[in-house]
Amino acid sequence: MSKFSRRQVLQGAAATGAALSTPMVLNAASHGYTNDPTKSGKLVFGFNVPQTGPYSEEGKDELRAYELAVEHINGEGDGGMLNTMTVNGEGPALKGNGVLGMKLNYVTGDTQTKSDAARASARKMIENEGVIMFSGGSSSGVAIAVQGLAQEKKVVFMCGLTHSNDTTGKDRKRYGFRHFFNAHMSGAALAPVLKNAMGGERRAYHLTADYTWGWSQEESIKNSTEALGWETVNAVRTPLKTSDFSSFLTPVLNSGADVLVLNHYGKNMVDSLTQAVQLGMRDKMVNGKQLQIVVPLYSRLMAQGAGENVKGIYGSTGWSWQLTDAGSQAFVKSFGTKYGFPPSQAAHTCYVQTLLYANACELAGTFDPAAVIPTLEGMDFDGMGNGPVHYRAEDHQCFKDVLVVKGKDNPSSNFDLLEIVEVTPRAQVEYDTNLYAGDLGPI
Amino acid sequence: MRSTDYLMILIFAAVMLTMPLWGPLIDAGYPDIMQRFAVFGLIAVGFNLLFGLTGYLSFGHAAFLGVGSYTAVWSFKLFTMDVIPAIIASTIMGGVVALILGFVALRRSGIYFSILTLAFAQMMYSLAYSVLTPLTNGETGLQLALDDPRIIDRAMGINPESGLPSTSFLGFGVTSGDNNLLGYWICAVIAILGFYIALRINRSSFGIMLRGIKSNQTRMSYTGLSARPYLITVFVISGMYAGLAGGLLAAVDPLAGAERMYWTASGEIVLMTILGGVGTMFGPILGAGIIKWLEAKLSTFNESVVEHALAFLPDSIEHSISVVVSKFVGEGWHLSLGIIFMLIVIFLPGGVMEGLQRLTRLVGFGKKHSQGDAAVRAPAE
Repeated sequence: MSKFSRRQVLQGAAATGAALSTPMVLNAASHGYTNDPTKSGKLVFGFNVPQTGPYSEEGKDELRAYELAVEHINGEGDGGMLNTMTVNGEGPALKGNGVLGMKLNYVTGDTQTKSDAARASARKMIENEGVIMFSGGSSSGVAIAVQGLAQEKKVVFMCGLTHSNDTTGKDRKRYGFRHFFNAHMSGAALAPVLKNAMGGERRAYHLTADYTWGWSQEESIKNSTEALGWETVNAVRTPLKTSDFSSFLTPVLNSGADVLVLNHYGKNMVDSLTQAVQLGMRDKMVNGKQLQIVVPLYSRLMAQGAGENVKGIYGSTGWSWQLTDAGSQAFVKSFGTKYGFPPSQAAHTCYVQTLLYANACELAGTFDPAAVIPTLEGMDFDGMGNGPVHYRAEDHQCFKDVLVVKGKDNPSSNFDLLEIVEVTPRAQVEYDTNLYAGDLGPI
Repeated sequence: MRSTDYLMILIFAAVMLTMPLWGPLIDAGYPDIMQRFAVFGLIAVGFNLLFGLTGYLSFGHAAFLGVGSYTAVWSFKLFTMDVIPAIIASTIMGGVVALILGFVALRRSGIYFSILTLAFAQMMYSLAYSVLTPLTNGETGLQLALDDPRIIDRAMGINPESGLPSTSFLGFGVTSGDNNLLGYWICAVIAILGFYIALRINRSSFGIMLRGIKSNQTRMSYTGLSARPYLITVFVISGMYAGLAGGLLAAVDPLAGAERMYWTASGEIVLMTILGGVGTMFGPILGAGIIKWLEAKLSTFNESVVEHALAFLPDSIEHSISVVVSKFVGEGWHLSLGIIFMLIVIFLPGGVMEGLQRLTRLVGFGKKHSQGDAAVRAPAE
């Protein structure tokens, strides 16, 4: 009693398939750009940050900054940096009524500090929530993975915290923009200070987080310290998930190295630094010199996590709430009023990126990336911390002053853990766009 | 094949092919999640061939999925951005790795087999995560690069003017553009084909032999049959399903990370199958759909969403409820999954399919469908 023959089944399936694919073919022929807010009537930004995993503390602070930025763009709160920012010499185009007259909404996602999960979350934002721009970060691996997606889907990605040279180097994308500084700049800013503090004859041992950011920072710090006459004894890669670094730290003591460079970030750095100090490394004398520890990329959140152990340890940072310029002060004030504590460098870069993108839409008069991207490329802005900043058109990297910091000996509060040793001027950290060659790709 | 089988394949095809129409009703009408339904449905069907028919519980299926993904991305990097060679290569590689593992692990049965497969999968994960970094790019994940050779594409003169290419199917872009459904159609058609093949295997003499192994392996060997060749064959087939699924994941999103080989990923495949109903044809697919849907929905709710949803309640009650509820959503969504799983296993050992059967019997269609029931119910232990 066969009700359906195989042929009937196949015919039915083929017919259904053909019927359903018709809208797809028609869709492909229509013009316009991905997720046009004027068509859907809803303007949405996506904030894709790590809410779990080793970088979750940074992610949560980024989310606070995004919420603040959305408030300010919609004209709520005290306006923050909207009162201080200038773009190409003029005040902000944003009027405090959303962007281009549309109220700004946002959705959030969890990257879990994993490329796979981050891409799935970003795809959901683009395909389901209809975001016109998305932002986020805290891991360069994730940033590079979702930046590729942004290019494919033709949706702008404003990078949050990502420090690898690759993000705007070999993996640069037309649809990706980075305000944060990178490993090359850390090396250029840090090396002269290290030479002054520790001398020109040192033997360095690197412990490096085993992914794109760690590799790139190790390379940059190696290059700039070796140029000063330092020697690199060894460079060991540690998996991102490591929480017990003792097996990596013990060999350092027998290697004859007198500087330990920790290319770690977030919880990794808190763990490795704490364990290094517990091993008594800071009191050791090697080659007749005091053994020193360097953390090339520092953040206040990490310093808080490591507590006492950061005293006297050098590193570089993109921004600090202790900066006294009007833009930084305005941001610290509105962030502090809302949350009760000062923002981190991750929060700063995410806040600035959101305002810059919204302002570029307002300037371009449209949300179409074909017009917004050229507006951002080559943009000069000021009043957002770090002095005058330039968004380089060739690789979408921002150039601004870099801070060299040191763990304070006598902190006055839990937030006052780092002192600024030097503000390295922008000119000293600039580099040729072809140093890390890449291809932006088409609009 | 019986007529009920044709009915099943017809229903399945109809459900898959009309998903873009009914998907939006459950907030799942966008390509990413529909592709996940199809791909994980496929892997669950393949897993069920092994677990449902022979009773051998593999805890390492995610390893084949990962191998499939890496193979597909390498095919994109080395040869061509077309998805067809990538999918074929990943299926074959899934089978090859399954053959190697099966040769070793199938010497044991029961819990020992499960542990062997679990250990193997974790080993594969560690290899991919650190040891084989040149091959897998470790933590960062294997991705396309500008200087990839792409021999066939370059020989044929297919190369983007600038930037990275995207995957294509006979010249049509799979991932590019706004709301492009081509990727989903590919996944859906392959899932339907995979379902059809699984049905055929289920009904074949080979399938009956596998059921024989499940019900009493000792009796099988007393009758002079060696079970091992049958077990290895079905294990390889099952691995090929998983490899194919991994290849499809890479085809719709050309990136492969070690995370998808982690033991929790293997566990998820087991959960899907048991949640839906072991040994039934539809059950595992249903289980895959339910878990992927819950993952997409629950994991994105955060505290502010919960508070917003409960805003109509008085402040004090709202706060206490939202504190409790927020533990079960967002990053804690596995907690909800665990509870659902426990309830199902305790009250409906046959999974969601058993629940559906009880429902139809309650409504009174029991007698009419008794033959259909027998066809989908798990074989007797």
